[in-house]
Amino acid sequence: MGPIGEDQFLFLMQGLKWTVLLAIVGFIGGGIFGTLIALLRTSKNKVARTITAGYIGVVQGTPLLMQLFVVYYGVALLGIDVNAWIAVAVAFTLHASAFLGEIWRGSIEAVPKGQTEAANALGLHYVSRMKDVILPQALKISMPATIGFLVQLTKGTSLAAIVGFIELTRAGQIISNQTYRPLLVFGIVGAIYFIICWPLSYAGSRLEKRMAKAAR
Amino acid sequence: MYTFDFGAVLDRAPELLWGSLGTVGLALAGMLLALVIGLLGVVARSSKSGITRAAVIMFVEVVRNTPFLVQIFFIYFALPLMGIRLNPTVTAIIALGINGGAYAIEIIRGGIESVSRGQIEAGFALGLHKADVFRLIVLKPALRAIYPSLTSQFIMLTLTTSVCTSIAAYELTSAAQRIESDTFRSFEVYFTVTAIYLAISSLMMGLFALISRHYFNYPTR
Repeated sequence: MGPIGEDQFLFLMQGLKWTVLLAIVGFIGGGIFGTLIALLRTSKNKVARTITAGYIGVVQGTPLLMQLFVVYYGVALLGIDVNAWIAVAVAFTLHASAFLGEIWRGSIEAVPKGQTEAANALGLHYVSRMKDVILPQALKISMPATIGFLVQLTKGTSLAAIVGFIELTRAGQIISNQTYRPLLVFGIVGAIYFIICWPLSYAGSRLEKRMAKAAR
Repeated sequence: MYTFDFGAVLDRAPELLWGSLGTVGLALAGMLLALVIGLLGVVARSSKSGITRAAVIMFVEVVRNTPFLVQIFFIYFALPLMGIRLNPTVTAIIALGINGGAYAIEIIRGGIESVSRGQIEAGFALGLHKADVFRLIVLKPALRAIYPSLTSQFIMLTLTTSVCTSIAAYELTSAAQRIESDTFRSFEVYFTVTAIYLAISSLMMGLFALISRHYFNYPTR
């Protein structure tokens, strides 16, 4: 057995950096495309609604690990030489956009119909109606679920370890193999994830309770 | 230009079929264990002992705020140290059950809390037995209330089984990885297997919807 010293700890922190970066990139990319998907999903155009519904259904009906593999090897087939980091980031963006799109679709539909009617009566066109009236309210409604998904996404980045990307979990595996102290190493790795995820979960559930009280 | 060759994958169809059955088996066993842990957890969560209640809350929070992959590695290495030697597939079922169980505790608790006190009192006032009150007034409406979230959690659990490949459990993703390393047809293999997962989860969703239509098809008011 080897000791867990400063070097091992620094290696884990290096991995943590990639975990956080992946989660942030996935969340921002997913946020941008997710908004688009939510808007298309709630649009009047039937084709757009069907296509986005299909996309959400496929992403939510298949394992994240398979999405990682398909995108990882799929991007390589396109003949462009991209590094693992880009491929994995693209996969998480696609994954997050479907989940966030579905969460935000629900939130947009949860905004009372009268708001849309009032905006129409005021002569607001689509862009202004969405940007100034519906989306700000929908964003507020969606907050608990959005935070919940951010936690899920952060945990999900660990699967990048299986395609060989060195983030926190993969760094833990490497150190575990070097030091033969799997329980200690995975205990530490788990604790680091917990320190990131738990405050988010807590904030999300606090918000949910407060909003439930306000709605009553 | 890359030419797709799905033939190399389809040649291994029997392996994919067995892998799919492994996945379904893993998922069903995991769901069952998750349900048992969920029910026991809810009982423990309302225990008179503060320590028991705190332990359940801590279990739920730790499991829900750490990745399944880290959990399965931890369990995989922890069991032998406790003198328990199991094959990877059984270890995977335990990990899936523990993970799903933590979510089930929260879901079931929410369902029981949704049954109002007044309804239970009304049941007693009508002269129903304690067992009947529990079965008809608490359990059935609570089951109906939690059914959508519980079943979507079960679908998630089914998709999560793919992570069990990391400890070489017997399921579809590990079959895919074997085929990939033999044929080097990475994209074709994972594309096919993704489609199989979609079929499995769609079938399950259909089945859950069917059960719900038969079982909970009564008016609420």
